[in-house]
Amino acid sequence: MKKLVITMLSMMLMCFVLVGCGAENAGSVSTDGSTSMEKVIGGLGEAFQNNTGIVFTYNPTGSGSGIKAVEEGRCDIGLSSRELKEEEKALGLKSTVLAYDGIAIIVNNENTVTDLSLETIAQIYVGEIINWSEIGGKDAEIVLVGREAGSGTRDGFESIIDSVDACNYRQELTSTGDVITAVSQNPGAIGYVSVASVKDSVKILTIDGVAATEENIKDGTYLLQRPFILVTKEDEALSEEAQKFFDYITSGDANDIISAAGVVPAN
Amino acid sequence: MKKNQFLENFIHGIFLLLGLITVGCVLLITMYLVISGIPAICKIGPINFLFGTEWASTAKEAKYGILPFILTSIFGTAGAIVIGVPVGFMTAVYLSKLACPKVKSAMQSVVSLLAGIPSVVFGLVGMLVLVPGIRKVFQVPDGAGLLAAIIVLAIMILPSIIKMSVTALDAVPKEYEDASLALGATPVETYFRVSVPAAKSGIAAAVVLGVGRAIGEAMAVMMVAGNAPNMPNSLFQSVRFLTTAVAGEMSYSSGLQQQALFSIALVLFLFIMFINAALNFFLKREKE
Repeated sequence: MKKLVITMLSMMLMCFVLVGCGAENAGSVSTDGSTSMEKVIGGLGEAFQNNTGIVFTYNPTGSGSGIKAVEEGRCDIGLSSRELKEEEKALGLKSTVLAYDGIAIIVNNENTVTDLSLETIAQIYVGEIINWSEIGGKDAEIVLVGREAGSGTRDGFESIIDSVDACNYRQELTSTGDVITAVSQNPGAIGYVSVASVKDSVKILTIDGVAATEENIKDGTYLLQRPFILVTKEDEALSEEAQKFFDYITSGDANDIISAAGVVPAN
Repeated sequence: MKKNQFLENFIHGIFLLLGLITVGCVLLITMYLVISGIPAICKIGPINFLFGTEWASTAKEAKYGILPFILTSIFGTAGAIVIGVPVGFMTAVYLSKLACPKVKSAMQSVVSLLAGIPSVVFGLVGMLVLVPGIRKVFQVPDGAGLLAAIIVLAIMILPSIIKMSVTALDAVPKEYEDASLALGATPVETYFRVSVPAAKSGIAAAVVLGVGRAIGEAMAVMMVAGNAPNMPNSLFQSVRFLTTAVAGEMSYSSGLQQQALFSIALVLFLFIMFINAALNFFLKREKE
Protein backbone atom coordinates (compact mmCIF):
# COMPACT_ATOMS: atom_id res chain seq x y z
CA MET A 1 0.00 0.00 0.00
CA LYS A 2 2.79 2.35 0.98
CA LYS A 3 4.58 1.52 -2.26
CA LEU A 4 1.49 2.35 -4.26
CA VAL A 5 1.16 5.75 -2.63
CA ILE A 6 4.80 6.57 -3.28
CA THR A 7 4.45 5.50 -6.91
CA MET A 8 1.36 7.63 -7.36
CA LEU A 9 2.98 10.62 -5.72
CA SER A 10 6.09 10.38 -7.86
CA MET A 11 3.95 10.04 -10.96
CA MET A 12 2.03 13.16 -10.04
CA LEU A 13 5.31 14.96 -9.51
CA MET A 14 6.49 13.87 -12.93
CA CYS A 15 3.30 15.21 -14.43
CA PHE A 16 3.90 18.59 -12.83
CA VAL A 17 7.46 18.65 -14.15
CA LEU A 18 6.25 17.79 -17.62
CA VAL A 19 3.55 20.45 -17.51
CA GLY A 20 6.16 22.91 -16.31
CA CYS A 21 8.38 22.10 -19.27
CA GLY A 22 5.48 22.45 -21.63
CA ALA A 23 4.70 25.92 -20.33
CA GLU A 24 8.30 26.97 -20.76
CA ASN A 25 8.43 25.61 -24.31
CA ALA A 26 5.44 27.72 -25.26
CA GLY A 27 7.55 30.77 -24.49
CA SER A 28 10.33 29.94 -26.90
CA VAL A 29 11.71 31.17 -30.19
CA SER A 30 12.23 28.67 -32.98
CA THR A 31 14.24 29.35 -36.10
CA ASP A 32 14.73 27.09 -39.09
CA GLY A 33 16.74 27.37 -42.29
CA SER A 34 20.06 28.14 -43.92
CA THR A 35 23.02 26.06 -42.81
CA SER A 36 25.33 28.92 -43.83
CA MET A 37 23.80 31.03 -41.06
CA GLU A 38 24.54 28.49 -38.33
CA LYS A 39 27.47 30.40 -36.87
CA VAL A 40 25.79 33.80 -36.73
CA ILE A 41 22.34 32.67 -35.59
CA GLY A 42 23.81 30.24 -33.08
CA GLY A 43 25.80 33.04 -31.44
CA LEU A 44 22.80 35.37 -31.39
CA GLY A 45 20.51 32.71 -29.98
CA GLU A 46 22.91 31.84 -27.20
CA ALA A 47 23.31 35.47 -26.15
CA PHE A 48 19.54 36.00 -26.29
CA GLN A 49 18.87 32.91 -24.21
CA ASN A 50 21.42 33.96 -21.60
CA ASN A 51 20.03 37.49 -21.37
CA THR A 52 16.31 36.75 -21.26
CA GLY A 53 15.97 33.09 -20.28
CA ILE A 54 13.72 32.48 -23.27
CA VAL A 55 14.51 29.16 -24.93
CA PHE A 56 15.98 29.49 -28.42
CA THR A 57 16.10 26.72 -30.99
CA TYR A 58 17.70 26.55 -34.43
CA ASN A 59 17.12 23.83 -36.96
CA PRO A 60 19.77 23.82 -39.72
CA THR A 61 17.79 22.50 -42.67
CA GLY A 62 18.67 24.82 -45.54
CA SER A 63 17.21 28.05 -46.92
CA GLY A 64 14.42 26.38 -48.89
CA SER A 65 13.26 24.29 -45.95
CA GLY A 66 13.43 27.29 -43.61
CA ILE A 67 11.24 29.40 -45.85
CA LYS A 68 8.79 26.52 -46.16
CA ALA A 69 8.78 26.08 -42.37
CA VAL A 70 7.69 29.70 -41.84
CA GLU A 71 5.03 29.39 -44.49
CA GLU A 72 3.64 26.27 -42.82
CA GLY A 73 3.93 27.83 -39.36
CA ARG A 74 6.42 25.27 -38.09
CA CYS A 75 8.81 27.93 -36.80
CA ASP A 76 8.76 31.58 -35.76
CA ILE A 77 11.52 32.96 -37.93
CA GLY A 78 12.92 31.42 -41.11
CA LEU A 79 16.54 31.89 -42.11
CA SER A 80 17.54 32.23 -45.74
CA SER A 81 20.91 32.94 -47.27
CA ARG A 82 19.32 34.12 -50.50
CA GLU A 83 16.74 36.79 -51.39
CA LEU A 84 13.15 35.49 -51.42
CA LYS A 85 11.88 34.44 -54.84
CA GLU A 86 8.82 36.19 -56.28
CA GLU A 87 6.63 33.12 -55.78
CA GLU A 88 7.72 32.95 -52.15
CA LYS A 89 6.89 36.61 -51.58
CA ALA A 90 3.50 35.94 -53.17
CA LEU A 91 2.80 33.49 -50.33
CA GLY A 92 2.81 36.41 -47.90
CA LEU A 93 6.37 36.18 -46.67
CA LYS A 94 8.46 39.18 -45.69
CA SER A 95 12.24 39.44 -45.66
CA THR A 96 14.49 41.50 -43.38
CA VAL A 97 18.23 41.64 -44.03
CA LEU A 98 20.21 40.63 -40.96
CA ALA A 99 23.73 40.69 -42.37
CA TYR A 100 25.84 40.39 -45.51
CA ASP A 101 27.95 37.36 -46.17
CA GLY A 102 30.94 37.58 -48.45
CA ILE A 103 31.66 34.57 -50.64
CA ALA A 104 35.36 33.85 -50.88
CA ILE A 105 37.01 32.32 -53.95
CA ILE A 106 39.56 29.82 -52.73
CA VAL A 107 42.42 28.05 -54.50
CA ASN A 108 45.17 25.69 -53.44
CA ASN A 109 48.07 27.22 -51.52
CA GLU A 110 50.44 26.17 -54.34
CA ASN A 111 48.52 28.24 -56.88
CA THR A 112 50.36 31.37 -58.09
CA VAL A 113 47.22 33.29 -59.14
CA THR A 114 46.19 35.88 -56.54
CA ASP A 115 43.52 38.02 -58.18
CA LEU A 116 40.61 37.43 -60.57
CA SER A 117 37.88 39.67 -61.93
CA LEU A 118 34.23 38.77 -61.56
CA GLU A 119 33.95 38.17 -65.32
CA THR A 120 36.96 35.87 -65.31
CA ILE A 121 35.44 33.86 -62.48
CA ALA A 122 32.23 33.54 -64.48
CA GLN A 123 34.20 32.45 -67.56
CA ILE A 124 36.07 29.87 -65.49
CA TYR A 125 32.91 28.41 -64.00
CA VAL A 126 31.01 28.11 -67.29
CA GLY A 127 34.04 26.43 -68.88
CA GLU A 128 35.31 29.16 -71.24
CA ILE A 129 38.66 29.28 -69.46
CA ILE A 130 39.91 25.79 -68.68
CA ASN A 131 43.62 26.17 -67.91
CA TRP A 132 45.38 28.21 -65.24
CA SER A 133 48.00 29.29 -67.81
CA GLU A 134 45.32 31.35 -69.62
CA ILE A 135 45.08 33.63 -66.58
CA GLY A 136 48.69 33.80 -65.52
CA GLY A 137 49.09 30.59 -63.55
CA LYS A 138 50.91 27.32 -64.11
CA ASP A 139 49.96 25.00 -66.94
CA ALA A 140 47.30 22.95 -65.18
CA GLU A 141 43.67 22.21 -65.87
CA ILE A 142 41.24 24.16 -63.68
CA VAL A 143 39.19 21.84 -61.47
CA LEU A 144 35.89 23.42 -60.54
CA VAL A 145 34.64 22.57 -57.06
CA GLY A 146 31.19 23.71 -56.02
CA ARG A 147 28.19 22.96 -53.84
CA GLU A 148 25.14 20.79 -54.54
CA ALA A 149 22.05 22.09 -56.34
CA GLY A 150 19.83 23.97 -53.91
CA SER A 151 22.63 25.07 -51.59
CA GLY A 152 22.38 28.71 -50.51
CA THR A 153 26.07 29.32 -51.16
CA ARG A 154 25.83 27.89 -54.67
CA ASP A 155 22.71 29.88 -55.44
CA GLY A 156 24.33 33.03 -54.02
CA PHE A 157 27.53 32.50 -55.98
CA GLU A 158 25.87 31.61 -59.28
CA SER A 159 23.45 34.51 -59.13
CA ILE A 160 26.23 37.01 -58.34
CA ILE A 161 28.36 35.86 -61.29
CA ASP A 162 25.19 35.64 -63.38
CA SER A 163 25.60 32.06 -64.52
CA VAL A 164 22.82 30.21 -62.70
CA ASP A 165 22.73 26.54 -63.75
CA ALA A 166 25.41 27.14 -66.36
CA CYS A 167 28.35 26.09 -64.18
CA ASN A 168 30.31 23.10 -65.28
CA TYR A 169 31.39 21.52 -62.00
CA ARG A 170 33.95 18.76 -61.66
CA GLN A 171 32.92 18.13 -58.07
CA GLU A 172 29.68 18.96 -56.30
CA LEU A 173 30.10 18.61 -52.55
CA THR A 174 27.52 18.91 -49.81
CA SER A 175 29.33 20.97 -47.21
CA THR A 176 31.66 23.93 -46.88
CA GLY A 177 34.22 21.77 -45.09
CA ASP A 178 34.28 19.27 -47.95
CA VAL A 179 34.88 22.08 -50.48
CA ILE A 180 37.82 23.41 -48.46
CA THR A 181 39.28 19.90 -48.08
CA ALA A 182 38.91 19.14 -51.79
CA VAL A 183 40.57 22.43 -52.80
CA SER A 184 43.37 22.01 -50.28
CA GLN A 185 44.15 18.58 -51.75
CA ASN A 186 44.32 19.58 -55.43
CA PRO A 187 46.75 22.20 -56.83
CA GLY A 188 44.46 22.88 -59.80
CA ALA A 189 41.24 23.33 -57.87
CA ILE A 190 39.12 26.44 -57.36
CA GLY A 191 36.12 26.66 -55.06
CA TYR A 192 33.78 29.03 -53.25
CA VAL A 193 32.78 29.19 -49.58
CA SER A 194 31.47 31.70 -47.04
CA VAL A 195 34.18 34.13 -45.98
CA ALA A 196 33.33 33.23 -42.38
CA SER A 197 34.35 29.62 -42.79
CA VAL A 198 37.63 29.89 -44.71
CA LYS A 199 40.64 28.25 -43.10
CA ASP A 200 44.39 28.64 -43.59
CA SER A 201 44.60 25.41 -45.56
CA VAL A 202 43.56 27.30 -48.71
CA LYS A 203 44.34 30.67 -50.33
CA ILE A 204 41.68 33.38 -50.73
CA LEU A 205 41.77 35.33 -53.99
CA THR A 206 41.08 39.05 -54.26
CA ILE A 207 38.25 40.03 -56.61
CA ASP A 208 39.11 42.93 -58.97
CA GLY A 209 41.91 43.74 -56.54
CA VAL A 210 39.58 43.93 -53.53
CA ALA A 211 40.18 41.60 -50.60
CA ALA A 212 37.30 39.84 -48.90
CA THR A 213 37.46 41.88 -45.70
CA GLU A 214 34.61 43.11 -43.54
CA GLU A 215 35.01 46.79 -44.56
CA ASN A 216 35.03 45.90 -48.24
CA ILE A 217 31.94 43.74 -47.92
CA LYS A 218 30.10 46.40 -45.89
CA ASP A 219 30.87 49.27 -48.27
CA GLY A 220 30.03 47.11 -51.27
CA THR A 221 33.41 47.24 -53.02
CA TYR A 222 33.82 43.48 -52.62
CA LEU A 223 31.43 42.19 -55.23
CA LEU A 224 30.95 38.55 -54.25
CA GLN A 225 28.46 38.92 -51.42
CA ARG A 226 24.91 37.92 -50.52
CA PRO A 227 22.36 38.81 -47.84
CA PHE A 228 21.43 36.75 -44.78
CA ILE A 229 17.69 37.13 -44.42
CA LEU A 230 15.12 36.72 -41.65
CA VAL A 231 11.86 35.43 -43.10
CA THR A 232 8.57 36.21 -41.36
CA LYS A 233 4.92 36.23 -42.31
CA GLU A 234 3.62 39.51 -43.71
CA ASP A 235 0.16 39.50 -42.17
CA GLU A 236 0.76 37.55 -38.98
CA ALA A 237 2.37 39.07 -35.89
CA LEU A 238 5.23 37.22 -34.24
CA SER A 239 4.76 35.82 -30.75
CA GLU A 240 5.91 38.15 -27.97
CA GLU A 241 9.13 36.21 -27.46
CA ALA A 242 9.92 35.93 -31.15
CA GLN A 243 9.34 39.66 -31.62
CA LYS A 244 11.74 40.32 -28.73
CA PHE A 245 14.39 38.19 -30.43
CA PHE A 246 13.75 39.80 -33.81
CA ASP A 247 14.11 43.31 -32.32
CA TYR A 248 17.24 42.31 -30.44
CA ILE A 249 19.10 40.99 -33.48
CA THR A 250 18.04 43.74 -35.90
CA SER A 251 18.48 46.69 -33.51
CA GLY A 252 22.24 46.92 -33.79
CA ASP A 253 22.75 45.87 -30.14
CA ALA A 254 23.91 42.47 -31.28
CA ASN A 255 26.26 43.68 -34.01
CA ASP A 256 29.32 42.54 -32.09
CA ILE A 257 28.06 38.99 -32.11
CA ILE A 258 27.18 39.16 -35.81
CA SER A 259 30.66 40.47 -36.64
CA ALA A 260 32.25 37.81 -34.49
CA ALA A 261 30.62 35.21 -36.73
CA GLY A 262 32.53 36.62 -39.71
CA VAL A 263 29.65 38.35 -41.47
CA VAL A 264 28.81 42.02 -41.77
CA PRO A 265 25.79 43.40 -39.84
CA ALA A 266 23.22 45.20 -41.97
CA ASN A 267 21.77 47.49 -39.29
CA MET B 1 -4.62 -23.12 -14.57
CA LYS B 2 -6.73 -20.59 -16.33
CA LYS B 3 -4.57 -17.80 -15.07
CA ASN B 4 -1.49 -19.55 -16.44
CA GLN B 5 -3.14 -19.91 -19.81
CA PHE B 6 -3.99 -16.22 -19.82
CA LEU B 7 -0.41 -15.27 -18.99
CA GLU B 8 0.89 -17.48 -21.82
CA ASN B 9 -1.46 -15.86 -24.28
CA PHE B 10 -0.63 -12.40 -23.00
CA ILE B 11 3.12 -12.90 -23.42
CA HIS B 12 2.55 -14.49 -26.81
CA GLY B 13 0.63 -11.36 -27.76
CA ILE B 14 3.45 -9.08 -26.64
CA PHE B 15 5.99 -10.96 -28.70
CA LEU B 16 3.70 -10.84 -31.71
CA LEU B 17 3.31 -7.09 -31.25
CA LEU B 18 7.07 -6.55 -31.08
CA GLY B 19 7.52 -8.67 -34.18
CA LEU B 20 4.89 -6.67 -35.98
CA ILE B 21 6.80 -3.44 -35.32
CA THR B 22 9.48 -4.54 -37.82
CA VAL B 23 6.92 -5.66 -40.37
CA GLY B 24 5.02 -2.41 -39.84
CA CYS B 25 8.15 -0.32 -40.43
CA VAL B 26 8.88 -2.10 -43.70
CA LEU B 27 5.30 -1.73 -44.89
CA LEU B 28 5.21 1.93 -43.85
CA ILE B 29 8.45 2.78 -45.64
CA THR B 30 7.42 0.85 -48.76
CA MET B 31 4.04 2.55 -48.89
CA TYR B 32 5.54 5.97 -48.22
CA LEU B 33 8.13 5.51 -50.97
CA VAL B 34 5.57 4.30 -53.49
CA ILE B 35 3.08 7.06 -52.67
CA SER B 36 5.66 9.85 -52.75
CA GLY B 37 7.69 8.39 -55.62
CA ILE B 38 4.97 7.70 -58.18
CA PRO B 39 3.67 11.27 -58.78
CA ALA B 40 6.98 12.65 -60.07
CA ILE B 41 7.47 9.64 -62.37
CA CYS B 42 4.01 10.26 -63.81
CA LYS B 43 4.66 13.99 -64.20
CA ILE B 44 8.05 13.57 -65.83
CA GLY B 45 7.06 10.46 -67.77
CA PRO B 46 8.60 7.05 -67.00
CA ILE B 47 10.67 7.00 -70.20
CA ASN B 48 12.03 10.53 -69.72
CA PHE B 49 12.73 9.78 -66.09
CA LEU B 50 14.44 6.41 -66.41
CA PHE B 51 16.19 6.95 -69.74
CA GLY B 52 16.78 10.70 -69.77
CA THR B 53 20.50 11.42 -69.82
CA GLU B 54 20.39 14.89 -68.29
CA TRP B 55 19.77 15.90 -64.68
CA ALA B 56 19.37 19.60 -63.92
CA SER B 57 16.89 19.74 -61.07
CA THR B 58 17.19 23.43 -60.21
CA ALA B 59 17.48 24.83 -63.74
CA LYS B 60 14.70 27.00 -65.13
CA GLU B 61 13.80 24.25 -67.55
CA ALA B 62 14.40 21.43 -65.12
CA LYS B 63 15.49 18.09 -66.54
CA TYR B 64 15.02 14.92 -64.54
CA GLY B 65 16.77 12.10 -66.37
CA ILE B 66 18.31 9.53 -64.03
CA LEU B 67 19.98 7.21 -66.54
CA PRO B 68 23.44 8.56 -65.54
CA PHE B 69 22.72 7.68 -61.90
CA ILE B 70 21.41 4.21 -62.71
CA LEU B 71 24.40 3.40 -64.95
CA THR B 72 26.81 4.83 -62.39
CA SER B 73 25.32 2.71 -59.63
CA ILE B 74 25.51 -0.40 -61.83
CA PHE B 75 29.06 0.29 -63.05
CA GLY B 76 30.25 1.31 -59.60
CA THR B 77 28.82 -1.81 -58.00
CA ALA B 78 30.13 -4.04 -60.79
CA GLY B 79 33.59 -2.51 -60.43
CA ALA B 80 33.55 -3.04 -56.68
CA ILE B 81 32.55 -6.67 -57.22
CA VAL B 82 35.29 -7.23 -59.82
CA ILE B 83 37.92 -5.99 -57.35
CA GLY B 84 36.33 -7.07 -54.07
CA VAL B 85 35.15 -10.60 -54.87
CA PRO B 86 38.49 -12.17 -55.91
CA VAL B 87 40.23 -10.62 -52.90
CA GLY B 88 37.45 -11.53 -50.51
CA PHE B 89 37.04 -15.04 -51.91
CA MET B 90 40.73 -15.89 -51.74
CA THR B 91 40.91 -14.49 -48.23
CA ALA B 92 37.96 -16.68 -47.25
CA VAL B 93 39.59 -19.81 -48.70
CA TYR B 94 42.80 -18.99 -46.85
CA LEU B 95 41.05 -18.33 -43.56
CA SER B 96 38.82 -21.38 -43.74
CA LYS B 97 41.27 -23.98 -45.05
CA LEU B 98 44.91 -22.91 -44.97
CA ALA B 99 45.47 -20.57 -42.02
CA CYS B 100 46.64 -21.92 -38.69
CA PRO B 101 44.12 -21.29 -35.88
CA LYS B 102 46.02 -18.35 -34.34
CA VAL B 103 46.34 -16.46 -37.63
CA LYS B 104 42.74 -17.31 -38.44
CA SER B 105 41.33 -15.82 -35.24
CA ALA B 106 43.54 -12.72 -35.51
CA MET B 107 42.59 -12.10 -39.12
CA GLN B 108 38.94 -12.72 -38.48
CA SER B 109 38.86 -10.08 -35.76
CA VAL B 110 40.53 -7.62 -38.13
CA VAL B 111 37.89 -8.38 -40.75
CA SER B 112 35.16 -7.77 -38.15
CA LEU B 113 36.82 -4.49 -37.25
CA LEU B 114 36.78 -3.47 -40.92
CA ALA B 115 33.05 -4.15 -40.96
CA GLY B 116 32.62 -1.85 -37.98
CA ILE B 117 34.39 1.19 -39.42
CA PRO B 118 31.78 3.89 -40.12
CA SER B 119 31.34 4.76 -43.79
CA VAL B 120 32.13 8.42 -43.19
CA VAL B 121 35.63 7.36 -42.12
CA PHE B 122 36.06 5.47 -45.40
CA GLY B 123 34.96 8.63 -47.19
CA LEU B 124 37.34 10.87 -45.29
CA VAL B 125 40.35 8.64 -45.82
CA GLY B 126 39.34 8.33 -49.48
CA MET B 127 39.15 12.10 -49.81
CA LEU B 128 42.51 12.76 -48.18
CA VAL B 129 44.54 9.79 -49.44
CA LEU B 130 42.84 8.00 -52.34
CA VAL B 131 41.67 11.00 -54.38
CA PRO B 132 45.03 12.85 -54.42
CA GLY B 133 46.71 9.48 -54.97
CA ILE B 134 44.66 8.74 -58.09
CA ARG B 135 45.36 12.26 -59.37
CA LYS B 136 49.13 11.74 -59.05
CA VAL B 137 49.33 8.14 -60.25
CA PHE B 138 47.16 8.59 -63.34
CA GLN B 139 48.16 12.22 -64.05
CA VAL B 140 44.54 13.41 -64.26
CA PRO B 141 43.36 16.91 -63.22
CA ASP B 142 41.23 15.55 -60.39
CA GLY B 143 41.11 12.16 -58.69
CA ALA B 144 37.52 12.26 -57.47
CA GLY B 145 35.38 10.05 -59.67
CA LEU B 146 34.18 6.57 -60.57
CA LEU B 147 37.50 4.82 -59.89
CA ALA B 148 37.86 6.31 -56.40
CA ALA B 149 34.29 5.27 -55.58
CA ILE B 150 34.89 1.72 -56.90
CA ILE B 151 37.99 1.29 -54.75
CA VAL B 152 36.25 2.58 -51.62
CA LEU B 153 33.23 0.34 -52.27
CA ALA B 154 35.45 -2.69 -52.95
CA ILE B 155 37.08 -2.29 -49.54
CA MET B 156 33.74 -1.72 -47.84
CA ILE B 157 32.18 -4.92 -49.18
CA LEU B 158 35.17 -7.12 -48.24
CA PRO B 159 33.98 -7.97 -44.70
CA SER B 160 30.53 -9.19 -45.79
CA ILE B 161 32.01 -11.30 -48.59
CA ILE B 162 34.76 -12.79 -46.41
CA LYS B 163 32.57 -13.57 -43.41
CA MET B 164 29.81 -15.23 -45.39
CA SER B 165 32.19 -17.21 -47.60
CA VAL B 166 34.12 -18.46 -44.56
CA THR B 167 30.88 -19.65 -42.98
CA ALA B 168 29.94 -21.48 -46.18
CA LEU B 169 33.39 -23.06 -46.57
CA ASP B 170 33.53 -24.10 -42.91
CA ALA B 171 30.22 -25.91 -43.35
CA VAL B 172 31.56 -28.25 -46.06
CA PRO B 173 31.59 -31.79 -44.52
CA LYS B 174 35.11 -32.95 -43.71
CA GLU B 175 34.41 -36.34 -45.35
CA TYR B 176 34.33 -34.72 -48.80
CA GLU B 177 37.82 -33.32 -48.37
CA ASP B 178 39.15 -36.49 -46.75
CA ALA B 179 37.87 -38.52 -49.70
CA SER B 180 39.52 -36.19 -52.17
CA LEU B 181 42.82 -36.28 -50.30
CA ALA B 182 42.65 -40.08 -50.04
CA LEU B 183 42.29 -40.28 -53.83
CA GLY B 184 45.61 -38.47 -54.17
CA ALA B 185 44.58 -34.86 -54.79
CA THR B 186 46.80 -32.18 -53.25
CA PRO B 187 45.28 -29.97 -50.53
CA VAL B 188 44.97 -26.94 -52.88
CA GLU B 189 43.33 -29.09 -55.56
CA THR B 190 40.94 -30.37 -52.91
CA TYR B 191 39.97 -26.87 -51.77
CA PHE B 192 39.26 -25.56 -55.26
CA ARG B 193 37.80 -28.74 -56.82
CA VAL B 194 35.83 -30.05 -53.83
CA SER B 195 35.32 -27.51 -51.03
CA VAL B 196 34.55 -24.46 -53.14
CA PRO B 197 32.03 -26.19 -55.45
CA ALA B 198 30.32 -27.66 -52.38
CA ALA B 199 30.03 -24.17 -50.88
CA LYS B 200 29.13 -22.36 -54.07
CA SER B 201 25.60 -21.32 -53.05
CA GLY B 202 26.93 -19.72 -49.90
CA ILE B 203 29.67 -17.94 -51.83
CA ALA B 204 27.14 -16.72 -54.38
CA ALA B 205 25.02 -15.40 -51.51
CA ALA B 206 28.12 -13.59 -50.19
CA VAL B 207 28.59 -11.89 -53.56
CA VAL B 208 24.95 -10.83 -53.67
CA LEU B 209 25.23 -9.45 -50.15
CA GLY B 210 28.27 -7.47 -51.30
CA VAL B 211 26.27 -6.10 -54.24
CA GLY B 212 23.55 -5.00 -51.84
CA ARG B 213 26.02 -3.28 -49.56
CA ALA B 214 27.73 -1.50 -52.46
CA ILE B 215 24.60 -0.27 -54.18
CA GLY B 216 23.15 1.13 -50.96
CA GLU B 217 26.23 3.00 -49.75
CA ALA B 218 25.92 6.78 -49.81
CA MET B 219 28.16 8.64 -47.39
CA ALA B 220 31.58 7.33 -48.38
CA VAL B 221 30.74 7.50 -52.08
CA MET B 222 29.50 11.07 -51.82
CA MET B 223 32.89 12.20 -50.54
CA VAL B 224 34.98 10.64 -53.31
CA ALA B 225 32.84 10.39 -56.46
CA GLY B 226 32.74 14.08 -57.40
CA ASN B 227 28.91 14.07 -57.65
CA ALA B 228 28.54 15.85 -60.98
CA PRO B 229 25.59 14.27 -62.85
CA ASN B 230 27.66 13.00 -65.79
CA MET B 231 27.30 9.80 -67.77
CA PRO B 232 29.89 7.32 -66.47
CA ASN B 233 31.91 7.10 -69.69
CA SER B 234 35.36 7.08 -68.11
CA LEU B 235 36.88 5.75 -64.89
CA PHE B 236 38.03 9.24 -63.95
CA GLN B 237 34.71 10.92 -64.72
CA SER B 238 33.05 12.76 -61.86
CA VAL B 239 29.82 10.80 -61.32
CA ARG B 240 26.75 10.65 -59.12
CA PHE B 241 25.24 7.43 -57.74
CA LEU B 242 21.52 6.79 -57.08
CA THR B 243 22.13 7.06 -53.34
CA THR B 244 24.15 10.26 -53.51
CA ALA B 245 21.64 11.85 -55.88
CA VAL B 246 19.03 11.50 -53.14
CA ALA B 247 21.26 12.33 -50.20
CA GLY B 248 23.03 15.25 -51.85
CA GLU B 249 20.03 17.30 -52.88
CA MET B 250 17.39 16.29 -50.35
CA SER B 251 18.23 18.86 -47.69
CA TYR B 252 17.52 21.87 -49.88
CA SER B 253 14.96 20.45 -52.26
CA SER B 254 11.37 21.50 -52.83
CA GLY B 255 8.44 20.81 -55.15
CA LEU B 256 8.90 18.51 -58.13
CA GLN B 257 12.64 18.25 -57.39
CA GLN B 258 11.88 16.72 -53.99
CA GLN B 259 9.28 14.38 -55.50
CA ALA B 260 11.80 13.32 -58.14
CA LEU B 261 14.30 12.52 -55.37
CA PHE B 262 11.69 10.25 -53.80
CA SER B 263 11.27 8.61 -57.21
CA ILE B 264 15.02 7.97 -57.33
CA ALA B 265 14.76 6.43 -53.87
CA LEU B 266 11.95 4.23 -55.19
CA VAL B 267 14.10 3.05 -58.10
CA LEU B 268 16.93 2.31 -55.66
CA PHE B 269 14.48 0.46 -53.42
CA LEU B 270 13.39 -1.72 -56.35
CA PHE B 271 17.03 -2.53 -57.12
CA ILE B 272 17.60 -3.57 -53.52
CA MET B 273 14.39 -5.63 -53.40
CA PHE B 274 15.60 -7.46 -56.48
CA ILE B 275 18.99 -8.09 -54.88
CA ASN B 276 17.33 -9.35 -51.70
CA ALA B 277 15.19 -11.72 -53.73
CA ALA B 278 18.36 -13.05 -55.38
CA LEU B 279 19.98 -13.45 -51.96
CA ASN B 280 17.01 -15.41 -50.65
CA PHE B 281 17.10 -17.62 -53.72
CA PHE B 282 20.75 -18.55 -53.15
CA LEU B 283 20.33 -19.06 -49.41
CA LYS B 284 17.35 -21.31 -49.96
CA ARG B 285 19.25 -23.39 -52.48
CA GLU B 286 22.12 -23.74 -50.02
CA LYS B 287 19.75 -25.13 -47.37
CA GLU B 288 18.39 -27.72 -49.76
